[in-house]
Amino acid sequence: MRIAGRGLVNRDKPVSFTFDGRRYDGFAGDTVASAMLANGQRLMGRSFKYHRPRGVLSAGSEEPNALVTTGVGPASEPNVRATMQEIYEGLAVRSQNAWPSLDLDLMAVNDLASPFLGAGFYYKTFMWPRKFWKHVYEPVIRRAAGLGRLSGGPNADAYEKAYAFCDLLVIGAGPAGLMAALVAARAGADVILAGEDALMGGRLNAENEHVDGQPGHAWAAGVVAELATMDNVRLMPRTTVTGVYDGGMFSALERVNQHRARRGEGAPLECFWRIAAKQSILAAGALERPVAFANNDRPGIMTAGAVRAYLTRWGVAPGKQVAVFGNNDDAHRTARDLAAAGVHVAAVIDSREGVSMEGADFPVLRGAVVCNASGRKELESVTIRTAGGEHKIQADCLAMSGGWNPSLHLTCHLGGRPTWEPDIHAFVPTPGAVPGMHVAGACNGTFSTHGCLAAGVAAAENALEALGRKPEPMDLPQADDAPYNLKPLWSVPGKGRAWLDFQNDVCVKDVQQAAAENFRSAEHMKRYTTQGMAPDQGKNSNVAALAVLADATGRGIAETGTTTFRPPYTPVAIAAMGAGGQGKGFAPERLTTSHAASLAMGAPMVEAGLWYRPSYFPRGQERNWRQSCDREVGFVRKTVGVCDVSTLGKIDIQGPDSAKLLDLVYTNKFSTLKVGKVRYGLMLREDGFVMDDGTCARLGETHYLMTTTTGAAGEVMRHLEFVTQCLHPEWQVHLTSVTEQWAQFAVAGPKSRELLNGLLEQPIDNDSFPFMACGSERLGGVAARLFRISFSGEHAYEITVPARYGAALFDLLVARAEALEGGAYGMEALNVLRLEKGHITHAEIDGRATAGDIGMERMVSDAKDCIGKTMSERPGLRDPERGQLVGLRPVGAVKQLTAGAFLFEAGAEARRENAQGYTTSVGFSPDIGTFIGLAFVMRGRQRHGEVMRMVDHLREIEAEVEICAPVFVDPEGGRARG
Amino acid sequence: MVELKAQTPFGELLPLHIGDMTVAARDLGQLTVLGVFDRAGLSKALEAAHGVALPEPLQSTAEGDAQCLWFGREEALLVGPTPDEALAKHAALVDVSDGWAVAELQGPGAEDVLARLAPVDLRDSVFEPGDILRSQLRDMPASITRTETGFLLLVYRSMAATLVQELRRAMEAVASRR
Amino acid sequence: MRIECPICGSRDRREFYYRGDAIALARPAPDAGDDVWDAYLHLRDNPAGETRDLWQHEGGCGAWLVVTRDTVTHAVHAVELASDVKRAMA
Ligand SMILES: [Zn+2]
Repeated sequence: MRIAGRGLVNRDKPVSFTFDGRRYDGFAGDTVASAMLANGQRLMGRSFKYHRPRGVLSAGSEEPNALVTTGVGPASEPNVRATMQEIYEGLAVRSQNAWPSLDLDLMAVNDLASPFLGAGFYYKTFMWPRKFWKHVYEPVIRRAAGLGRLSGGPNADAYEKAYAFCDLLVIGAGPAGLMAALVAARAGADVILAGEDALMGGRLNAENEHVDGQPGHAWAAGVVAELATMDNVRLMPRTTVTGVYDGGMFSALERVNQHRARRGEGAPLECFWRIAAKQSILAAGALERPVAFANNDRPGIMTAGAVRAYLTRWGVAPGKQVAVFGNNDDAHRTARDLAAAGVHVAAVIDSREGVSMEGADFPVLRGAVVCNASGRKELESVTIRTAGGEHKIQADCLAMSGGWNPSLHLTCHLGGRPTWEPDIHAFVPTPGAVPGMHVAGACNGTFSTHGCLAAGVAAAENALEALGRKPEPMDLPQADDAPYNLKPLWSVPGKGRAWLDFQNDVCVKDVQQAAAENFRSAEHMKRYTTQGMAPDQGKNSNVAALAVLADATGRGIAETGTTTFRPPYTPVAIAAMGAGGQGKGFAPERLTTSHAASLAMGAPMVEAGLWYRPSYFPRGQERNWRQSCDREVGFVRKTVGVCDVSTLGKIDIQGPDSAKLLDLVYTNKFSTLKVGKVRYGLMLREDGFVMDDGTCARLGETHYLMTTTTGAAGEVMRHLEFVTQCLHPEWQVHLTSVTEQWAQFAVAGPKSRELLNGLLEQPIDNDSFPFMACGSERLGGVAARLFRISFSGEHAYEITVPARYGAALFDLLVARAEALEGGAYGMEALNVLRLEKGHITHAEIDGRATAGDIGMERMVSDAKDCIGKTMSERPGLRDPERGQLVGLRPVGAVKQLTAGAFLFEAGAEARRENAQGYTTSVGFSPDIGTFIGLAFVMRGRQRHGEVMRMVDHLREIEAEVEICAPVFVDPEGGRARG
Repeated sequence: MVELKAQTPFGELLPLHIGDMTVAARDLGQLTVLGVFDRAGLSKALEAAHGVALPEPLQSTAEGDAQCLWFGREEALLVGPTPDEALAKHAALVDVSDGWAVAELQGPGAEDVLARLAPVDLRDSVFEPGDILRSQLRDMPASITRTETGFLLLVYRSMAATLVQELRRAMEAVASRR
Repeated sequence: MRIECPICGSRDRREFYYRGDAIALARPAPDAGDDVWDAYLHLRDNPAGETRDLWQHEGGCGAWLVVTRDTVTHAVHAVELASDVKRAMA
């Protein structure tokens, strides 16, 4: 219940929300957890394995129990920690991992079966029979296991990713972090202060302490206010730094709008930050550790620090009769705070002997422990064990403290191992674990406020020195410097299950059993018991579990070691990491200048790399793509077709050494190419396999224009830059991608010249512009380039104009082609046309083909070296048993061919060992009247005429095929020259 | 005689106003890549012909209607004039006027918008007017220049629509926080 | 991870293309023999410690770089222009 006059919530702003459909009231500044406790509602979740009723354990992001689902439908979000979720008007919260309801969870039967569900249960049980896995074990496990559930629909929320840069990143906004940020900011450094909480101040907001003569929270608010006025400071509340990466990179998750109902257009729910910081200060505080005793997971049992936080920060008494149990002075502080707030303290149970507690008007039991707890859905009493025996006391809340574990997780993300510090019985960061990171305050084992403030100053001074800046002199604010005085207590011996890992339901006896079964190393114990493998990654349980393991194996904790902390520190939604990558954000779209026209003509677009190209251009009466494709093939073979080929890579190559470069990267010679001519070129990788092919034109004595395939343009550019920078930096040659500068169209077919001559200012003929010529032309007042090259095997040209004229030229060319009874053709027709000519694409040169495989070994010039030449001469790459490119046509009853099918000798069994080759490309040839295909077949060139079995195991298609030459149309090549 | 009508890279997609921010298309005139063979000679010839020196890496120079932007290793971009023929002695000259889509992003929050698109440090303390860099906007190769009034962005012409879409999303996200 | 490009300064590794060992700079003569070519193309050490790799600042200035770094600590010790390294090899 709420305590009058206490807490930092805004009493003037009531806020209502629902939990499992029931309305609850709180105030602005409340979390779901604080508001539920204020309403006397303890039960907030069910445990993972045994479905035990659970309430909050903590008041922070480490919360293992109170996981809830927020939102509805596709915007719902599972596994939200009730301790982190701020309430807002209309917030809908649902419990999870319970069926049919949180109050009555039928899966709680698991709790009764617990003797069978201990450590290693899965490994021992679900072994055999093997077929049970699919039909019995897996469905059962899937139903019972898991925490919250995803909606099953596409995520309705927006997320974003962003970069930030700073001199100094301060992680944590408690006393150490605030002080460090203040010192660094006053010295002029560019500072980012990231705090996980909505309200900066850390424990200063949760403790009843004074700093510099003011209440701690007021001092913190004053520092935050000063920082907020400074241009060199970026305050990032609600931001958890989740990972540390090499070179001063950090990841952080900002909960931008998780606390608001109304978010506005395009507003992100969360932002995933990548922060580059020259220096960093870790001031992440510490996490209080529970004590393991029987039934220590009952709702109402929480850490002492959480009890003080609910009391001081939120003005909420977590119980009417609160017992306090601990092994350090924080237990006393908790009891005093409760008493001062008028909450009845049932007893202080201190495991230490002989400690004094003056002025306490409540029972203080020394040398005593809590050894059991009663009350299933709500704590009713605790059993206390003293030297004199055991007795029960009534309590609806138990505040427990087993001491504090420094939050050193981020110091381990680059492989650092923490150091055991015997004075505080905890691990602390090992100095230097993260280059450029300074560690300050509780995360370094300094637990008093005074100590944290001083450590913040020292860390800032060290960071400033590394940044080459000087701190301004500053007096350290007066603050509490209370001692800690801890005597270790990890678990209370006794019968019954004592929880270590609340989230994964791992108990003391599970760890002991692991040790008994010889899983003695920390990593083995973790995997065998699953301790530390839940979303909280063992934040609440690691050290205690190690202590139990150490005890069970007769070793010290330092010797037992720790498991590894990895990013992220707290869970990060995949949606946040992949922000912007959904839908059109997945990759840039490259659109040609004819894109709009193609869409207007009804063309379905296909992706080619990042480009979008028209598949075919349907016409009214056509019922399927094949009809359109056949017609478009006919345009090129009979009249004239127009196709946008702008997506081919175009690289402008200039400089005195251009020819040397081309002679090195192409297998054939380009230094001998005459100006005004084009030559087909083949490019190898250094290992002797084909990289790419294309044409290259010589525009001037020292000026070439290379084209690449659409898909390999980037790879070829990188390769050319490699050759010029890494192999021959002495060459004077410059490469410029001009793919985007020019819109390029193929004009192909017997009437192609007729079409062009209707447009060019200077008409051409076969003498002035023979096959493989190129030159500058003009049309429509615009300078153009014309290339007489042919991918279709017909009399054809490619014409280019600056991209601004691309759309206009495409429209014009299509209109002229249509007037000649031709028209536009798309990728489907382009593919059939090249197949009929046996021209290769990357379906053939897939990285495994040699020049010899594709029948182009003669293109590897004997007269010069080239990239890949030496390696292409390896015997294995010259082996006649290699697959050689051949054509295929169906000769049996089945007329369909498929790409990727295997080829076998007639009568041979269709097994892997018998495969003689495979098909690479197929298509229906209107000219031939059947499907045709290209394939690689062992010794294929000697097997023309042989009939083989084509078997496509995947699509279950088998056909008889005849091996033939890979050129189906105009094998002499006369048409292109005509 | 036929006439070919020119189209702009962004067409109707720009300008775009979101919050207090604006992104608008810019026509900078002729864009010529200068592939540097001889730095000293080229710089001299540039100054003689167009009044601008060859910029140092990450810098730009400007004089009258002529600007010269550093554009990569051994590369600069002459912006505005038709390059003088004398430059060809010292550099490869490549017309790329139609290869790039050019837009300017202005207004409070422009820096935050780019922080959502590019992995580079554009804080005004380190990236001042006239400074330029080559990077990627999302996955689009780009050049980013800080002008006196905002940021000049160049991406491949074919990616103009994607640039607008990415800018819109980032601008909405930034505007929603202000 | 960040790489200090000699031209562009400190940049996110996303802007860089990774190729592999800087041995690629030392292309053998065509007649160097199978062993030399095999070593050039395929035989790689896998050191726990210093390596020299080729990266290209493809998303930036376009320069090919020789990056000397430590595979254990991930520290980047030196970044040089590959063209400078190659010239110095001559
Ligand atoms: Zn660079």
